[in-house]
Amino acid sequence: MNERWKFWLSALLAFAVIGAAIFVPILRRRMKRAARLQQQSEEQARRELSQPIPMNPADPRVKARLFWLSGTDNSMLAPAVVELPLSSDPVLRSKQVLNTLLAGPVDAELRTLPPDAVLLAFYILPDGTAIADFSEAVATSTPSGIASEQLAVDSMARTLEANVPQVKRLKILIHGQEVETLAGHVDLTGTFVVNAGMGRTPTTPAAAPAAGKVGALTLPPLTLNGSTVKLAQR
Amino acid sequence: MLLDVGNSKRLRFLIISGMTSLLFAGAVMALVLQIPSQTQRPVAASASSSTSAVPGAQSGTPAGSLPGAQATQGGLSVVALDPAHGGTDLGARGTGGIQESEIVMEFAAQMRRALEQQGFQVVQTRQGNDNPSFDDRSAIANAQRGAIFISLHISSTGVPGTVRVYVNADLPTVTTANGLIPWDRAQAPFLGLSRKLGDLVQGMLTQQFKGSPDTAQTAAIRQLRTTAAPAIAVEVSSVVVNDRADLDHMAPGVADAVARGVVAFKPSYVMASTGGALP
Repeated sequence: MNERWKFWLSALLAFAVIGAAIFVPILRRRMKRAARLQQQSEEQARRELSQPIPMNPADPRVKARLFWLSGTDNSMLAPAVVELPLSSDPVLRSKQVLNTLLAGPVDAELRTLPPDAVLLAFYILPDGTAIADFSEAVATSTPSGIASEQLAVDSMARTLEANVPQVKRLKILIHGQEVETLAGHVDLTGTFVVNAGMGRTPTTPAAAPAAGKVGALTLPPLTLNGSTVKLAQR
Repeated sequence: MLLDVGNSKRLRFLIISGMTSLLFAGAVMALVLQIPSQTQRPVAASASSSTSAVPGAQSGTPAGSLPGAQATQGGLSVVALDPAHGGTDLGARGTGGIQESEIVMEFAAQMRRALEQQGFQVVQTRQGNDNPSFDDRSAIANAQRGAIFISLHISSTGVPGTVRVYVNADLPTVTTANGLIPWDRAQAPFLGLSRKLGDLVQGMLTQQFKGSPDTAQTAAIRQLRTTAAPAIAVEVSSVVVNDRADLDHMAPGVADAVARGVVAFKPSYVMASTGGALP
């Protein structure tokens, strides 16, 4: 191999390496941006398709009990009584109370679920297991931690328990998929006991809070004397 | 013209440059094909892990070991410390750049020293900034004999300066026909012992950090579910402190309280030689 050959070969290799060093990071950034945009547009499309279930004013107004953080101790849940026109159909009723829970109270500090989370789908299996499918935001925007994640799950379970007796267990999906944890800690592979008093045991007991406790938290007694709160506008 | 290949030097030049271009293009394509897979969500624990079984208490091999907690008869000698998160999973993040994955390593280092001073052997589920899977972390504890498991966390909520201990929610004990415990319910036979350990450690922590609960709390913690040993999670509040030093100052106290709790638990561990449940 003569000198000229070596020169050209080295030059080409150097060119290839320099080219790769310049273009690969750019390409990587573009790929990431494209993936993010695609995810956001899918999220937007789902939001548009899954508008919150409107309340029917003809439905009887009932005092619903919704579980947000306690105003006195934000490591606990407390029931708040809200008068709502609720459907007698358990699926519609569940959607109504969960959407109200997601809308949150005026005091954002008492939220248990992130404001940008959306209930994408909800249905109840014949055995009483409710499947609630939430948007990605419920996982990405819930503060990471055992306490905060357990509070988020418990607020849903307790709200369903208080308002929809047909729901025995709750299974949470994210974007239609089963995920391992909510935000890195709380196990979502199982179901959560909703109406523990019905003498049922969870099908997959991995995520079942202990009886008498709401996950990490012992709740105050369930009474109808909870404080009445204003709801935030979505 | 360049395409006039009558000249052998030009021919060789064309071949070499063509091959180099192909190699470069191939490398770029390979990289492009890898990027989408990196952007996907991490897959849950492998299907094989959910169907595999834990051989009773303390062995990582799926067969040929004693079921239940019978293997704990030798007494408590090993503490598996699990600094949570790591790698790309930063865990809870505070406004001042505080990252859970980083701080738990410091807590683990202090806790390790405190436990070793008490005569325990300590193994860690991670030593550096990596992120083993939940199953891999559990496997480290499950491979030990006479071990307990302590997972360390920093919360993103809660009253700063307090510490909560968690044990897993109820899991009905299920054993297979050959006496093995299913991997995904490995914690079930140990819930009684975990509760005992949790209450003891929480009691010690509450003496040190006022405002913490009196007893261990219950939560559905993924990491604990596949751990075949008495297992607790310790969560310190929180990353929302104004100054990181506030958390750093807590580390010696947390380490000391946990070590004292483990020492207090040791006799209970020896007693539990039948099934892992407390009377």
